[in-house]
Amino acid sequence: MTAPLTAASVALDGNLAAPPDAPEAFVASRGFWGHVGHRLVRDPVAMTAGAVILIVVAIAVLSPWITPMDPYKGSMLRRLKPVGDATYWLGSDELGRDMISRLMLGSRLSLFMGVTPVLIAFVIGSSIGILAGYVGGWTNTILMRTIDVFFAFPSVLLAIALSGALGAGIFNSIVSLTCVFVPQIARVAESVTTGIRKRDYIDAAKLSGASALTIMRVQVLGNVVGPIFVYSTSLISVSMILASGLSFLGLGVRPPEPEWGLMLNTLRTAIYVNPVVAALPGLAIFIVSISFNLFSDGLRNAMEIRQ
Amino acid sequence: MFLYILKRLVTVTPVAFGVSVVCFLLVHLAPGDPLSAVLPADATQATIDEMRAAYGFDKPLPVQYAIWLWHVLHGDLGVSIATGRPVAQEVGRAVVNSLILASVATLIGFTFGVFFGFVAGYRRNSILDRVASALSVFGVSVPHYWLGMVLVIVFSATLGWLPPTGAGPDGSGNWRPDFEHLRYIILPAITMAVIPMGIIARTVRALVADILSQDFVEALRAKGLSEWGVFKHVVRNAAPTALAIMGLQLGYLLGGSILIETVFAWPGTGFLLNAAIFQRDLPLLQGSILVLAMFFVALNLVVDVMQTALDPRIERA
Repeated sequence: MTAPLTAASVALDGNLAAPPDAPEAFVASRGFWGHVGHRLVRDPVAMTAGAVILIVVAIAVLSPWITPMDPYKGSMLRRLKPVGDATYWLGSDELGRDMISRLMLGSRLSLFMGVTPVLIAFVIGSSIGILAGYVGGWTNTILMRTIDVFFAFPSVLLAIALSGALGAGIFNSIVSLTCVFVPQIARVAESVTTGIRKRDYIDAAKLSGASALTIMRVQVLGNVVGPIFVYSTSLISVSMILASGLSFLGLGVRPPEPEWGLMLNTLRTAIYVNPVVAALPGLAIFIVSISFNLFSDGLRNAMEIRQ
Repeated sequence: MFLYILKRLVTVTPVAFGVSVVCFLLVHLAPGDPLSAVLPADATQATIDEMRAAYGFDKPLPVQYAIWLWHVLHGDLGVSIATGRPVAQEVGRAVVNSLILASVATLIGFTFGVFFGFVAGYRRNSILDRVASALSVFGVSVPHYWLGMVLVIVFSATLGWLPPTGAGPDGSGNWRPDFEHLRYIILPAITMAVIPMGIIARTVRALVADILSQDFVEALRAKGLSEWGVFKHVVRNAAPTALAIMGLQLGYLLGGSILIETVFAWPGTGFLLNAAIFQRDLPLLQGSILVLAMFFVALNLVVDVMQTALDPRIERA
């Protein structure tokens, strides 16, 4: 949601290949990614956030085998049990289904629908941005002015407008969210690429006879992928919130499939009966979303990209 | 300055044009015939053809676009399928309610955001700075529709202090500035204020820290200016950017209010959009999105011009 601000401000801070605190000569250098990893490991907040993400991913992968109960099987007699129930550890939902099992299985769709659009947009957006930034001229003007049009829509509005027009469903949600993030990533990729295209090593590659495609793939991509990647990771949190938001509105996942946003929606009717259980799916979205944000912040600090 | 405004108007025109194309194409993006929502299931081919001609769907797309744009430019956004009322009228009424909610939320978010930002920027790495940055991470990470639900759970369902939904006691669709209506706006406004608060706090903190590290601040202190005097200089330097962000946030809130308006059943554009989507009321969907997006474009322009006017350092070339 902050895209226009951060997009302009995420810029290359000096030469990525040589961080300021590069070790003395004669000492084997760790290399750029080695430094990033080293700094990241010493950042307790980023490490905690990373650990939370890993745990959630592990739960998502393993959930079909490790849920304590059947996430789809309800019981009309045991609806809306409170948290701490002997059978239902985190209570049961409005149809008497086990909350903890549904939250575990729900992490699959919630993560998938939050991360996939950013991944696809990372590939498409970087390609567009690098092409526009490296080729410049009319190609740049046409591509970037088209992207400006999408910036004229607040991202929530664009996501909902596209989903609303396309209709509900997992595939349509992913398509609309991808359309939201492509322009944002493309703009960052363009500005980073424009920043390096006049560098000497690009000229050197040109003089050595490399084709434009090879230069874009080797010299440009190698030097811009870091900042674009970090920017993209910061979008995952927004994407998770929006994806679950679409399901919350009834535009994403359809029942009875468990997904956190959808669970939050169906439990809205239960806030007077069992408020704590009703709030649980949202808490799950929040924990994952804040973990992605903190990890992304840590990554940015580790890579010394100015905010 | 006049020339600058003119120049910005020229650059904004293609964007506005592009936005109108996107909004127009939205209806054609929808699966099936745009008319399927209006026509009865057993309509004969003759009726379908007749309706297509009546709505102009039998013409090629560019012609349809030209006709649609001509109507839009004359303030005619079509007729809502669900209610039969003009879309412009429906959106016009809803947009007032959304604007009220978004403005109150922006104001709350701006006040707290600027406060936390200044405190954090002045006392870097203090406990208050930690609290402020924790709050701003919270603001951008929390699913606001969930936060709204939690506030309803606490203040309406449990404590019973504030009404959970609606814009007023009579269930009417219009908000008025009196005490009774004020109680209805508190929860949605606070929910909505959390996002801009986080973003503004983060930006103001960086701004203030940056300004304080500059040489002129040291010079001001060296010449014996009181800390209050220095503070006024800092405010003057931070104001253009902070106000610009506030303006943009108002636009984001207005456009992104659909989830919060749905949670609180607030009779604004988001609520209208929700209804339009689920009743497959395509003219209403198209009209509300066009109005919101154009508002956002206009707001961007105003913010840009204001920022240039406020900050003499920005070149007006």
